[in-house]
Amino acid sequence: MAVFEKRRLWLAVLAALALAFPLLVTNGYYVHMMTISFIWMIAVYGLNLFAGYTGYLSLAHAGFFAIGAYTLGILTVKAGWPFWLAFAAACLLTTLIGVFVGLVALRTKEHFFAIYTLCVGYIIYLIIDKWDSLTGGVRGFIGIPAPADIGPLSFQTPVAQYYLVLCFLVAVIFTMYRLVYSLTGRTYIAIRNSEELALTLGISTMKNKLASFVLSVFFTSLAGALYASFIRFLGPDIAYVSVMFDFLTYLLVGGIGTLAGPVVGTLLITFLSQQLQFLQDYRMLIFGPVLTLLIIFYPHGIAGGVIRLKAKREEARRLDPEANRVAAELAVSSQGRGERHAEEG
Amino acid sequence: MLLHVERLTKRFGGLLAVNDVTFSVEQGKINAIIGPNGAGKSTFFNLISGLHRPTSGTIAFKGRDITRLPANERAKLGIARTFQTTHLFEQATVMDNVIIGHRLRTSSNLFDAILRTKRHRREEQACKEKAMEVLDFVGLTHVADRMVANLSQEQKKRVAFALALATDPELVLLDEPAAGVNPDETEGLEELIVKMVKGGLTVCLIEHKMSMIMKIADRIMVLNYGEKIAEGTPEEVQNNEAVIQAYLGGSTVA
Amino acid sequence: MELFIQQLLNGLTVGSVYSLVALGLTLVYGILHIPNFAHGALYMMGGYVTLMAMTKLGMPYGIAIVASMAAVGLLGVLMERLVFYPLRNAPPLHDKIAAIGILLFLEAFAQFVWGADYQTMPTPYGDVVTVFGFTLTIQRILIIASAVIIMILLYLFLKKTFIGASIIAMAQNREGANLVGINTNKVAMLTFFLSGSLAALAASLASPINLVFPGMGHLVILKAFVIIILGGMGSIPGAIVGGYILGFSESLGATYVSNDYKDIIAFAILVIILTVKPNGLFAKEGH
Repeated sequence: MAVFEKRRLWLAVLAALALAFPLLVTNGYYVHMMTISFIWMIAVYGLNLFAGYTGYLSLAHAGFFAIGAYTLGILTVKAGWPFWLAFAAACLLTTLIGVFVGLVALRTKEHFFAIYTLCVGYIIYLIIDKWDSLTGGVRGFIGIPAPADIGPLSFQTPVAQYYLVLCFLVAVIFTMYRLVYSLTGRTYIAIRNSEELALTLGISTMKNKLASFVLSVFFTSLAGALYASFIRFLGPDIAYVSVMFDFLTYLLVGGIGTLAGPVVGTLLITFLSQQLQFLQDYRMLIFGPVLTLLIIFYPHGIAGGVIRLKAKREEARRLDPEANRVAAELAVSSQGRGERHAEEG
Repeated sequence: MLLHVERLTKRFGGLLAVNDVTFSVEQGKINAIIGPNGAGKSTFFNLISGLHRPTSGTIAFKGRDITRLPANERAKLGIARTFQTTHLFEQATVMDNVIIGHRLRTSSNLFDAILRTKRHRREEQACKEKAMEVLDFVGLTHVADRMVANLSQEQKKRVAFALALATDPELVLLDEPAAGVNPDETEGLEELIVKMVKGGLTVCLIEHKMSMIMKIADRIMVLNYGEKIAEGTPEEVQNNEAVIQAYLGGSTVA
Repeated sequence: MELFIQQLLNGLTVGSVYSLVALGLTLVYGILHIPNFAHGALYMMGGYVTLMAMTKLGMPYGIAIVASMAAVGLLGVLMERLVFYPLRNAPPLHDKIAAIGILLFLEAFAQFVWGADYQTMPTPYGDVVTVFGFTLTIQRILIIASAVIIMILLYLFLKKTFIGASIIAMAQNREGANLVGINTNKVAMLTFFLSGSLAALAASLASPINLVFPGMGHLVILKAFVIIILGGMGSIPGAIVGGYILGFSESLGATYVSNDYKDIIAFAILVIILTVKPNGLFAKEGH
């Protein structure tokens, strides 16, 4: 119970910090950076849901990010749709495409799935790049409006936009939280652990993989649409697979398959990138080996490492006989909180 | 006959893993499948549980043809299965592992999960209760909160049993349940299997430990090179020429 | 008709390059069950090493290619030892991510050292030759000829030598091969060496036509993946046949359908194939 209260405390502190940030930091640049980080986090949560919990690597998500972004841009600028309608449509359309891609892609195994999604992602990139008349191609797409007012709330200032994106982020995190500790979340983890075992347990792996894929595409499209409206300018390179690799690095550093991973990883890396601006040219030189070294030596990432540490401590506590007896009695009642770790690093 | 397999054949490219096997599993009995290494036993289980599609032949469960049925549907009908290497989630607790066993009897989905609907809460509770029930049955309540990675091999096997039991099956396929387990613990597992059958289940197991098989099996089928070479009671099989030949040329008899 | 045959010859050239790349990829996949996402980086390095050998060290084209094949082959071995070997027991997800890391690094490295510009590779074979009334640069003939010769050599190597047989044994069953005394580590290293060499050769042959730049591996590697899925992952004849089929499709597609979207042909083919046959065209079930 003590651990749980400590977690509540942490969350409260983080929430307070997040809310107070723009008020404490008056430099508009930092507020801008933070907002962008939040957008990345949403996309990384999408990636985390699928790769971290179901165990498959989808390389198409950059494409979905771009579709979300471009659809918003095209609907608002070229078709003149009201902002929030276009926003909803962008997410919906991308998710729908995700359903179709998922239906086909998920029938393939492991390696084929990665290659298939890589190709789908590339096709999306090529189309965006070549279809000048619709997307502006290499010249880019400009003039995307900032989010429209909702009632009395206006989102024209960076600070307002910060809070808007923060709201979406919180919603995403909350959804993930509910999901991970639920039967559905456990089902995904079972699939990641062993598809064979999951099948023999009567789990419909196809349906579950598809559901988690579609939800992850939804999160990614959300990030894409927010990105479009925030940056107000798009280029085909957002569909390029290198965006995927960025997300992957944030996720890995933070901890794949954990709830806190995306936040930790994205914050850390964007912060480091900022501080180490002078190394900007060497950025990609560093990212690559970091990714590889991480996956070999420390695949759990930061959050994953923390979870394992906690688990080890609890194991040690458990071997104490008196604590054992008490814990056994408490075990059944405290299960409801999902405190026992259902996550793997 | 609870399970009836007719002329089942599985070919992997040029390799004939299971060849024209006809076999029945009687309800309420302990059936065993033995044979030298590579005889096709695990492939046979894979065919029954649905992880492989047969090249030819049929499988019927409770009178219904399940040959084309996907693995997860067969589990819902009542066929459970354990694996040689347990496939458990090592980095999670026993409870976390077993709780998912009852999932197939629940129907809540993504939305139920996110919105914490009544249905979800009800089913989550049901899964937990089932998990405690089966852990109690296999005698592992005291380790419910321990990490699977920290358990002994025998305990892991019991967790795998519990997991299978949590699916509320009628037929349980045990793939080498006593592998890597010492003689005392093997006896414990034997008792557990007998207890399962006494409780109304039907068991079909693959094993190499002859003492265990001879002690608890009601009926034995012997496979060699994918073919059935003998079938009968333990006494009949023990004295069967073909079986002795097959083993003399094959692996050790434990 | 003339245009058609011209395009066929084009397709033969393009297909040769694709086949060589796909061969390297399929060798590694067949033996180690790793889809090497970094293979495109090996291809790229092959191009740059040859270029450097020619411009900085003054080596003639042919020698430069051999040097490149050796260097990139070694690079492949390094990759195997430092990255893939430690990950041999990890979930497949990790192999892919690690390969991506290598890819990112090598590309950044190339861009850092040699700049992002498109560079030309001077070759003594720019002359045009007329064969049966069709114009061909000698370079193209060289590509086709080299590819065919290498494929024959590779085939002989795999089928007729002991080491070749070991590679095949390992492709079928790594543990079994280990048990019968085949040094799986050595075979793994050799395979990566071959894979790197083939990529370097392909790049060196193609660069005079396609130029050298840090992103040159991208498209090629994606198409190589398409090819080995088409032809069967781990199948050598499959890689060769698939490479040429793709080469022809692209050539004809570029001429008769659309040049802009010709790259999509490969991926469209893949999408269609995997939609209909999720395990690839030549699925071998189980182990």
